[in-house]
Amino acid sequence: MFENLDLTKLIFGRLTWDAIPFHDPIILGTFAVVALGGIALLAALTRYKLWGYLWNEWFTTIDHKKIGIMYIILGLVMLLRGFADAIMMRLHQAMAFGDSTGYLPPHHYDQIFTAHGVIMIFFVAMPLVTGIMNYLIPLQIGTRDVAFPFLNNFSFWMTTGGAALMMVSLFIGEFAKTGWLAYPPLSGILQSPGVGVDYYIWALQIAGVGTLLSGVNLLVTIVKMRAPGMSLMKMPVFTWTSLCTNILIVAAFPVLTAVLGMLTMDRYLDTAFFTNDLGGNAMMYVNLIWIWGHPEVYILILPVFGIFSEIVATYSRKPLFGYTSMVYATVVITVLSYLVWLHHFFTMGSGASVNSFFGITTMIISIPTGAKIFNWLFTMFRGRIKFDVPMLWTLGFMVTFVIGGMTGVLLAVPPVDFVLHNSLFLIAHFHNVIIGGVLFGLFAGITYWFPKATGYKLDEFWGKLSFWFWLIGFYFAFMPLYVLGLMGVTRRVSHFEDQSLQIWFQIAAFGAVLIAVGIAAFAIQLIVSFRRREALADETGDPWDGRTLEWSTSSPPPPYNFAFTPRVHDLDAWWQMKQHGFQRPESGFIPIHMPKGTWAGIVLSGISVVIGFALIWHMWLVAGVSFVALIGTAIYHTFNYDRDYYIPAEEVERIEAERTRVLANV
Amino acid sequence: MQLFKYLRGASLTLLVAALLSGCDAVVMSPSGDVAVQQRDLLVWATVLMLLVIVPVIVLTLWFAWHYRESNTEANYKPDWTHSTVLELVIWSVPLMIIIALGAMTWVSTHKLDPYRPLDRIDAQTPVPVGLEPLTVEVVALDWKWLFIYPEQGIATVNELAAPVNHPIRFKITASTMMNSFFIPAMAGQIYAMAGMETKLHGVINEPGVYKGFSANYSGAGYSQMKFDFHGLSEEDFASWVAEVKASDGNLSRDKYLQLEEPSIGDPVSYYGQVDPTLYYGIFNRCVEPGQTCMEDMMYHGGMDKHAGHHGDAKAEHADHQDHAGHQSHGGHHE
Repeated sequence: MFENLDLTKLIFGRLTWDAIPFHDPIILGTFAVVALGGIALLAALTRYKLWGYLWNEWFTTIDHKKIGIMYIILGLVMLLRGFADAIMMRLHQAMAFGDSTGYLPPHHYDQIFTAHGVIMIFFVAMPLVTGIMNYLIPLQIGTRDVAFPFLNNFSFWMTTGGAALMMVSLFIGEFAKTGWLAYPPLSGILQSPGVGVDYYIWALQIAGVGTLLSGVNLLVTIVKMRAPGMSLMKMPVFTWTSLCTNILIVAAFPVLTAVLGMLTMDRYLDTAFFTNDLGGNAMMYVNLIWIWGHPEVYILILPVFGIFSEIVATYSRKPLFGYTSMVYATVVITVLSYLVWLHHFFTMGSGASVNSFFGITTMIISIPTGAKIFNWLFTMFRGRIKFDVPMLWTLGFMVTFVIGGMTGVLLAVPPVDFVLHNSLFLIAHFHNVIIGGVLFGLFAGITYWFPKATGYKLDEFWGKLSFWFWLIGFYFAFMPLYVLGLMGVTRRVSHFEDQSLQIWFQIAAFGAVLIAVGIAAFAIQLIVSFRRREALADETGDPWDGRTLEWSTSSPPPPYNFAFTPRVHDLDAWWQMKQHGFQRPESGFIPIHMPKGTWAGIVLSGISVVIGFALIWHMWLVAGVSFVALIGTAIYHTFNYDRDYYIPAEEVERIEAERTRVLANV
Repeated sequence: MQLFKYLRGASLTLLVAALLSGCDAVVMSPSGDVAVQQRDLLVWATVLMLLVIVPVIVLTLWFAWHYRESNTEANYKPDWTHSTVLELVIWSVPLMIIIALGAMTWVSTHKLDPYRPLDRIDAQTPVPVGLEPLTVEVVALDWKWLFIYPEQGIATVNELAAPVNHPIRFKITASTMMNSFFIPAMAGQIYAMAGMETKLHGVINEPGVYKGFSANYSGAGYSQMKFDFHGLSEEDFASWVAEVKASDGNLSRDKYLQLEEPSIGDPVSYYGQVDPTLYYGIFNRCVEPGQTCMEDMMYHGGMDKHAGHHGDAKAEHADHQDHAGHQSHGGHHE
């Protein structure tokens, strides 16, 4: 019997049946829905015999276009979960006044706001941004794929693995109750001995590997693989902003890995990096996490600035105003983003000179950012503007983001921050810039490049509906929060006494409902567009009369992107090619060297998820064995020399001839 | 597209209305001089930035409207992509605004440094010569606030009082979690961290009851971690002190260790007697007998032992140094 007890603990660690939240009706209900939906999906896949297709064409692919699409699908699916958390919080806070304690007990509410932040930043915004960069960069610079195609596949699966671990935390055990950045001492082993913070750590560490490698990959791609003639100052603006973003990723993510690593050591190995005693100091964590955290938000916004640049130029039928200025502004923002991190904790008592320095650097960032806004304005000036859905999102962004930017500069004045720090004013500010900036840009970009990726446009009506509900919903949901912040209300509170605040929370909840309609409209848009795809088809490959190289390919592009590597002479390469009567070559094709897909990415990530889960639950034996399997699989994969193949010239000829035929019929 | 313009106008009106309706909100109409100065800074900074933001929003909407595709009368200049003059303007105008704002920031951040003792009671009144600030030691516990008045020898849980127009010097620490000590009506917030001491200087200019709470999430009982701050006339404050002094609560080290245990939604309680070495023990993490105080554990550079903040604490607690070693005295006061 002693033998048995030991074995159970050795294999299952601290995982017991108590970990399943049988007592919580909300979670049980969610699980039921997810399980039923999941089973239905698996059944459908089996019935339509799609497993082979999925495995060969998608899960093992190293094609940057498919990986980009998978990242976007991941981001959109996680948006549903992150938004569900948001609407639960809004509904709870609209109710929890006086005698009513709302419908969420504090320990549940505290997990929801933590999960909401983690999911939205790491598993919605990052994958969406990475997906768009992945899809676009090789096409914009005239090359076939990224520098390290296998690493690309592996990065995607590691990000998905992190997301999977987060989803598991909903049903087995619990998530962290610390806020999205998990400050110690609250996140230390003494104050959070449960599995929640461990789920947080391992989900982020696994996803973090993916992001870091993706950053390296895209950085090398842009630096080394541009088409001949495309000097740095002839790159599309989106590629420039992506270059700066990936520099930020490479320089910032290792800090996250290190600080989470130290927190892990504090929790697992009894070290004292961030403890209250034995020489540890929680202030060190705060500094390190924000040294990562501030560049992170610029990682989110810079690609989106690039998306807007492309869209404004295309829809104003004018080249982007002040290209050089835009490039310099982007580089200045990139450098400055490393010099502002302390503005996230002016109230930690660093002293007036230190606070002033960081406040002033934060304000300085608004100068290049403002220059970008003006350059977009001047692009529109004396243009001829078409109000397709991407342009609507852009206009929504230009008005909304500057308000968020203004409140950011307000918060950058330390004495003002002393009264607004951690208040709902702060919440309103960052949602203002993330929704008004990042999210609007992502929707604009998805709509703009959707025909390129799929061969058909998105339905206009549902797109416009989604935009208006998002825009109006945003203002109803977050303007009340600015007011509440000025009324002295702080964040992360699950119960209120002051009834005079309730109306504002109710307005905010109404706004969240409007946004829910916007999201529903987007989902309907996807379905309706798919069903109407013949009517909405894009046969030219260039539905918006675009300016950059991706529009020179078919929609969707062939696996090899370009039959011949383009030769670039000017900025806005494709526009110049069109002006000069470019003719597509129709003969003389040669075999094209392509990388081959592999199972290694999904398998290595799957094992990593098992290791993460095992470490969370202290299942040391499982963790150890899985780790050996991980190394073994990685080594085994290095002996796989079947990594490439050639597309025969006849195949290329056939694909290009088909395109010629389609173009002739347009 | 008229609809578009109208809806956008409506949203902006909503925004302005929302912002204006915050006029009687506590941050916009505080009752303490420090908070008043912070509010003024907020207003000035907003005005400076609106100088840029309003034209940008107006131009965005106007250009979108005027240069729409269907307006064939509008000037279409597809080759106009650069203007040195405009570039100079769009970089230098924001730069000048930021220089102004930056200067304001440097000056005000130094003036309103929480560690800096007050030199004025309000805009018209400097601090009278010889008026010593009232010292309150604040400990953020899980999940309640402990206030120790070392000069009066009393302590309270979840209730703070101070005389009106009398500068207060708060010395703040925590038992475990990182919290943030915040009374919006009086002054800005500052973090309360275990093993460390932060300081806040403030003054309350009007009698009243003001809300105080923690502004940094610290766990399960966070939402209930609130207290009332009573701004009282000098006489009322003296009565209040007397009332607390008369209560039979005794905050010895043992009592503190009990208080330190996690609890949520504690009622207000008074302690007529406080162990004078208790606060020193709390922020040096040596309340329990046998623990080494952090002050004694830390490296003192071998040179002037009284240099820097450590020195301040040591000098202030110099008379307590002997007591720290005699912790058994604390135990006998139960």
